[in-house]
Amino acid sequence: MMLSLTEEIPLVHPTAADGAFSLLWLIIALPLAGATILLIGGAIAPKPFKVWGHLLGTLMPIGSFLISLVLFIQLIGRDEGDRQVVQHLYDWISVGTGSNELTVGMDLLYDPLTALFLLLITGVGSLIHVYSIGYMEHDERRARFFGYLNLFVAAMLMLVMSENYLGLFLGWEGVGLASYLLIGFWQHKHSAASAAKKAFVINRVGDMGLSTAIMLAFVTFGSTSFTVISAGAGEAGDNVMTAFGLLLLLGACGKSAQVPLQSWLLDAMEGPTPVSALIHAATMVTAGVYLIVRSNFIFELSDAARTAVVIVATVTLLWGAIIGCAKDDIKKALAGSTMSQIGYMMLGAGLGPAGYAFAIFHLLTHGFFKANMFLGAGSVMHGMNDDVDMRHYGAIRKFMPVTFLTFAMGYLAIIGFPGFSGFWSKDKIIEVALTENLFIGICALLGAGITGFYMTRLMLMTFFTTKRWEPDVHPHESPKVMTVPLMVLAALSVLGGVMLAGDWITGWLAPVVGQEAHAEPPLPALAITAIVVLVVAIGVGAAFMLVGQREVPRTAPTDVSFATRAARADLYGDAINDHLVVEPSRHLASGLVRFDRTVVDGAFSGAATVIAGLGVALRRTQNGFVRSYAVSILGGVLLVVLALLAVNL
Amino acid sequence: MTEYVVLSAILFTIGAVGVLTRRNAIVVFMCVELMLNACNLALVTFAKQHGNLDGQVAAFFVMVVAAAEVVVGLAIIMTIFRTRRSASVDDASLLKY
Amino acid sequence: MNDFPILTLVLLVPLVGAAVVGLMPTREGVDDRPKQVGLIFSVLTLIIGVVIAAAYKVGDGGMQLTETHDWVPAFGVHYALGLDGLGLLMVLLTVALVPLVLLAAWTDADGADAKRFVAWTLALEALSLTVFAATDVFLFYVVFEATLIPAYFLVGGFGRKNRSAAALKFLMFQLGGGLVLLGSVIGLYVVSAQQGSPSYLYSDLQALDISTDAGRWLFAGFFIAFAIKAPLFPVHTWLADTTEQATPPTSVLLVYILDKIGTFGMLRFCLGLFPEASEWATPLVIVLALISIVYGAFVAIGQDDILRLIGLTSLSHFGFITLGIFVFTAQGATGSILYMVNHGIATAALFFAAGFLIKRRGTTLISQMGGLEKVTPVLAGLFLVAGLATLGLPGLSQFVSEILVLIAAFDYAWYVGAIAVSGIVLAAVYVLWAYQRMMTGPNPAGLQAELDADAQGEGVRDLTRRELVVLAPLTAALVLFGFYPAPLLDVSNPTVYSLLDNAGVADDGPDVPVGTHAEEGDH
Repeated sequence: MMLSLTEEIPLVHPTAADGAFSLLWLIIALPLAGATILLIGGAIAPKPFKVWGHLLGTLMPIGSFLISLVLFIQLIGRDEGDRQVVQHLYDWISVGTGSNELTVGMDLLYDPLTALFLLLITGVGSLIHVYSIGYMEHDERRARFFGYLNLFVAAMLMLVMSENYLGLFLGWEGVGLASYLLIGFWQHKHSAASAAKKAFVINRVGDMGLSTAIMLAFVTFGSTSFTVISAGAGEAGDNVMTAFGLLLLLGACGKSAQVPLQSWLLDAMEGPTPVSALIHAATMVTAGVYLIVRSNFIFELSDAARTAVVIVATVTLLWGAIIGCAKDDIKKALAGSTMSQIGYMMLGAGLGPAGYAFAIFHLLTHGFFKANMFLGAGSVMHGMNDDVDMRHYGAIRKFMPVTFLTFAMGYLAIIGFPGFSGFWSKDKIIEVALTENLFIGICALLGAGITGFYMTRLMLMTFFTTKRWEPDVHPHESPKVMTVPLMVLAALSVLGGVMLAGDWITGWLAPVVGQEAHAEPPLPALAITAIVVLVVAIGVGAAFMLVGQREVPRTAPTDVSFATRAARADLYGDAINDHLVVEPSRHLASGLVRFDRTVVDGAFSGAATVIAGLGVALRRTQNGFVRSYAVSILGGVLLVVLALLAVNL
Repeated sequence: MTEYVVLSAILFTIGAVGVLTRRNAIVVFMCVELMLNACNLALVTFAKQHGNLDGQVAAFFVMVVAAAEVVVGLAIIMTIFRTRRSASVDDASLLKY
Repeated sequence: MNDFPILTLVLLVPLVGAAVVGLMPTREGVDDRPKQVGLIFSVLTLIIGVVIAAAYKVGDGGMQLTETHDWVPAFGVHYALGLDGLGLLMVLLTVALVPLVLLAAWTDADGADAKRFVAWTLALEALSLTVFAATDVFLFYVVFEATLIPAYFLVGGFGRKNRSAAALKFLMFQLGGGLVLLGSVIGLYVVSAQQGSPSYLYSDLQALDISTDAGRWLFAGFFIAFAIKAPLFPVHTWLADTTEQATPPTSVLLVYILDKIGTFGMLRFCLGLFPEASEWATPLVIVLALISIVYGAFVAIGQDDILRLIGLTSLSHFGFITLGIFVFTAQGATGSILYMVNHGIATAALFFAAGFLIKRRGTTLISQMGGLEKVTPVLAGLFLVAGLATLGLPGLSQFVSEILVLIAAFDYAWYVGAIAVSGIVLAAVYVLWAYQRMMTGPNPAGLQAELDADAQGEGVRDLTRRELVVLAPLTAALVLFGFYPAPLLDVSNPTVYSLLDNAGVADDGPDVPVGTHAEEGDH
């Protein structure tokens, strides 16, 4: 039974990298070098770096992108069974002998899954670097910003290129660090600094899961390498695989802002907008999806773990969508939407071989259209004196036509307007979900409707309705350096669906995630598509009725329903964390400090006090009278004599 | 033989009582000497009894030490008397807690 | 070269340095000569340390560069020195750190004070080096106790106003531990004398056949002494008081070098001499280690004094080190050795950076700092790097050791690993929360006033070149050993193998043996 299962799981069995593939390391090395030069050089000689630091920072990911592109074309040229290569750089950690040996190499894996991620990270990453040149123009510390961005790109590349879990963890924590630094980039603001810390700490809770999974991997397989684990997974037993899967899921929840570790993502919008686009929309937050798809050989063996993924994903996709409906802060509304869309990806990933490819497909299209919209939002903010409150926007389309048009492409893609990229990817996931489980499918369908509602609300409040600006605001179109990346991303948002043509993406990813014979959906595929479009249309229509037809107040009304209040408070995610974790921990910490001072230290200083008191009492016998000393000598002698007699008799 | 030992014990007891009861430093000092000499007597007696010289040797040691003690002790008593105009041991009780 | 007593030389140089500096005449006014002379001697020691490293044969787990001379033949006491991988790493780190300590403390004291500081530091270096190199248990005991003398004067002589109380507390705890150790050292003599001629040589003692009961008693004496030194819960309370009152460079010497003697001793003597008793005590030790990890982290979170905070984080880290030692696997022991090295580097950097900060702000209270990132970005950045290393960020050296210890703990029992892993979340909280309160946010009023004074050339400045020279090599080492720990592993692995071999521990392999499916995978 188990053996037959393992044969269905596609193994990771790479061949050594040769030819062009021996350049793999350079993809990471370029941005890493950029980060090092910018951060150290920028600290030593700030002046020259202010002039050309951003150019260096932008060239690095572009270089990586070009290499990724070349390698991608090379990989297409190979046979389907021969599309996994590994490059061994050096032994990172090597301890133990014999059966207990643990050797972790700095090994880079390049396969169809990684190839797509490399293109996404370096491609969208490069565009966002270009955009940032304009967006961060007036910031004194622009060189440092690019240094952090390069650091992020390098870490993200490490995450998706590592051949073992420990290397993945290196990248995983690296992106966490970059995220921390970038969220807190304007750390002279309390809110930014504390959002950065919150993101890091909550991610650490997830990392606890991932690092425990690494320990489990070592104890079970004696290795953390994908090759070894995928080969041995079938023999490890169901319980171990379930534990493994759940631990990975915990890690994924942290990084991908899934319930219950979701609350950091909204606060993370304190970072500069390009950061939100790159890290908190297109790449880093999707690392959890990557982790689960990459670990398909584990999830394939545990239904319980996959069920957990599906539940988390479904809850999150609704949770994020509901939050998105109530936010007036344009970036937070988009962040809620990101959470929800990642929920879709996780859902796809949790549905097994039928969904892996579509999860990745949605991840890519989402990377395009969400980065596009975040950058668009940044462009709007740029023209609106960095105001983020949509209630202060309105009718911007006339003043920022390029931003409006590109944003609209992203909007149509995310709600799933037929023909646009998001339509293809989301439709597929809902179809698979309906096939696997009707209830989950209906939830996913509902989420699509809510997506239509909140995105339309955002669109209307920002670009349509009447203008509600402050008098000193003069909206203006952003410079070319910002709008060109927008146009490229808009084009990708429209055309991303082409990857599905002829089921290319499922075939391409088959060597990594396997390909399941397509199960019959409950309804014909075309009917499902029609239903999805209908539900979305209802959502869009509701938004037109509720937002488009009425006056939008400049300040948020307070006499709102409980549901709205809950959604505005992020469904009380922070409150729950505060009451269940933060406050008790704080009390525990201060209690332990007191305990340490009084009880633990008290035991020792108490002993010292007792001894000192004893000394005070005993020294009274030293009264200075010679004769009393003589008596004590006599008494002592008598005692000794008596003792001797007692012993001898 | 017993008589010598009894005499030694009586002398020692007189000396001990004197040390404990008298206040004059000189008298205390003499009582200490008395106790030492009582011991010497006992040592010599036992040496005779056992037929070897060990006790006699020890008695010599005691005498030498006693002589040294007299030198130092009398010097201290003299100094105390000079500063305090008194030879009472109870007056010199500053060296306490 | 082979017979040249290079270990004796490396001990003598700082000792001579201490004497020379101590006997220098004190001059009026600014006098940098004691510091300069001390620095020269410490750098000389460092150079000899490098020569030792070059002469050391990597890959051999036994003692190398040994020197043995009779000292007290009647008791089998020798003047015997030698290094294995563990000792070599400790010696190298000691000799590398002392010059940095002297540099960091350059402006802390002047005149006669500076002279005393330099002399005591060099004396402590010499004694610590002897501790790490001693292969005779009696010699080890003597220098183990002797290190307290310079340490006492360093804590009591320099620092804040309650320093003498802190120094006394430090001394009392350490002497208490030393006393128990003395009992066990005497016990060892008895056991060894009963089995022929008494000898305190480490190799002779390893060959002894110690009865179970005697072994456990002797083990207890050693372990208690080392637990106080390390420190472990509940005998840790001297640590925070000492680091709070002493100057940061002194704290580096204490936490970085002296405390390591505790865990060094656990590996070398508890495991090396009493493997059976060590295994018997393992459950208790692991419980103490786990309590230390979690408890230390929570108490650190609750601190408002940055020096106390850093001191208490060490409690958590020493919990990890002890945990790794007592799970009896190659990963655990190697992880612990690496942890000792890496924790030293990271915490030293953290202490130095905190010291520089305190110099600038005139307070040790976290709540009174804030906004420094804007004013001193380089200092803040290096502080953050050291802090991130402390919280075990991959890519910085401490991660490698932490994950090895965690893996070994999980291998021992899954719940031990699960409890220990919570340390990584708590570490993130205490490091980042402190960083947030110290470095970020708007400039507080006091700092703003000083910045205004900066216009006249006074006030808060970023790192000076001297301070950069202190922090840069530590930071570089953190990054280097994070990505390429092989040099450390190559040195420590053979020692660990021979240690475990001696303890007779056979590791059980993974549940699913490697390579069962490898053949299929290749097709």
